[in-house]
Amino acid sequence: MKGKPPFDAVVAAHGATVHRVCRAVLGPVDADDAWSETFVAALKAYPELPDNANIEAWLVTIAHRKAIDVTRAGARRAVPVAQVPERPAAQRTDGRDLDLGAALAALPRKQREAVAYHYLAGLPYQEVAAVIGGTTDAARRSAADGIANLRRRYPSTAVEKGTTR
Amino acid sequence: MTSGNPQEVSDLFAAYPDPTEAELRRLRDRLAASADAQGILDVAYRTLDTPVGTLLLAATETGLVRVAYETEGHDKVLATLAARVSPRILHAPKRLDAAAREIDEYFAGLRHGFDLPLDFSLSKGFRRTVLDHLSDIAYGHTASYAAVAAAAGHPRAVRAVGTACATNPLPVVVPCHRVVRSDGSVGGYAGGPAAKQALLRLEAA
Repeated sequence: MKGKPPFDAVVAAHGATVHRVCRAVLGPVDADDAWSETFVAALKAYPELPDNANIEAWLVTIAHRKAIDVTRAGARRAVPVAQVPERPAAQRTDGRDLDLGAALAALPRKQREAVAYHYLAGLPYQEVAAVIGGTTDAARRSAADGIANLRRRYPSTAVEKGTTR
Repeated sequence: MTSGNPQEVSDLFAAYPDPTEAELRRLRDRLAASADAQGILDVAYRTLDTPVGTLLLAATETGLVRVAYETEGHDKVLATLAARVSPRILHAPKRLDAAAREIDEYFAGLRHGFDLPLDFSLSKGFRRTVLDHLSDIAYGHTASYAAVAAAAGHPRAVRAVGTACATNPLPVVVPCHRVVRSDGSVGGYAGGPAAKQALLRLEAA
């Protein structure tokens, strides 16, 4: 079949990954808004997207911009705090991801983005660099620093929460 | 040991879950509502369970554009809509509320005609002319392919009428099932002969 798949198929194929990326970058509270704005913007632009485009990279690029917008809007609404706390009301009851979520939230933004786009969305570093700016090597370093930071923080966070992990 | 080992890192993220089915469903419903409100939902679709199987219903902002039987392959039908109408397609049942209700009523024997805005953009030329004449065949009646050809102004175009019926983008609603062979046998149908017979039996009751 020539041409692009129905947009519904794009949402079905990439919706979960984009949501993981939004949560990793923004935390659970703002992830839904960023996801919605990403897919509304993507739907709007979809007819003009070249048929051979890398849809995942395209969606991550849009999600990146929307995450920045959501952060700016949040900064106007709220008194800035050094680190955004995980708000219990928006967390899962099973608590599976709370520790890693807190560790991600504590990363510097660029490291968090590099980790999310490379490890959660699976973009190669060249594409990550195109999304966040800077060189491919800088993107690779940000992701490596991010993972190293996560490794330091994640176990200690887990201990504080009293889990055995 | 480097921190960037992919295997190690995938272990790290194994605890970072996907959204649940319910969360994704809610997000997709919200997306459909926003898209519709902003006028960028070119094609909305849903499925509907009926006595002749699950039907796919699709509508543009103009009206109902496609009714498809399972035998036609719903994914294939959506791909064709993406290519021929617009790829801005979402599962968005709300736009199909009236169509679903009227089709339910039809299968319950409570409705003999449809009162829905229709979008004929998938049908052109003589095929479109034929479809216009199908609605002249009243509920519970049938006409031969030859009679429809004559009514459409081309009495010799009997085969073309057959093609127009076979490619009707709006079966059930535009009643191509009421066109039968001159010898009384039911003839072909997009939903298969059994579906055609079921509709004719329903209307004869």
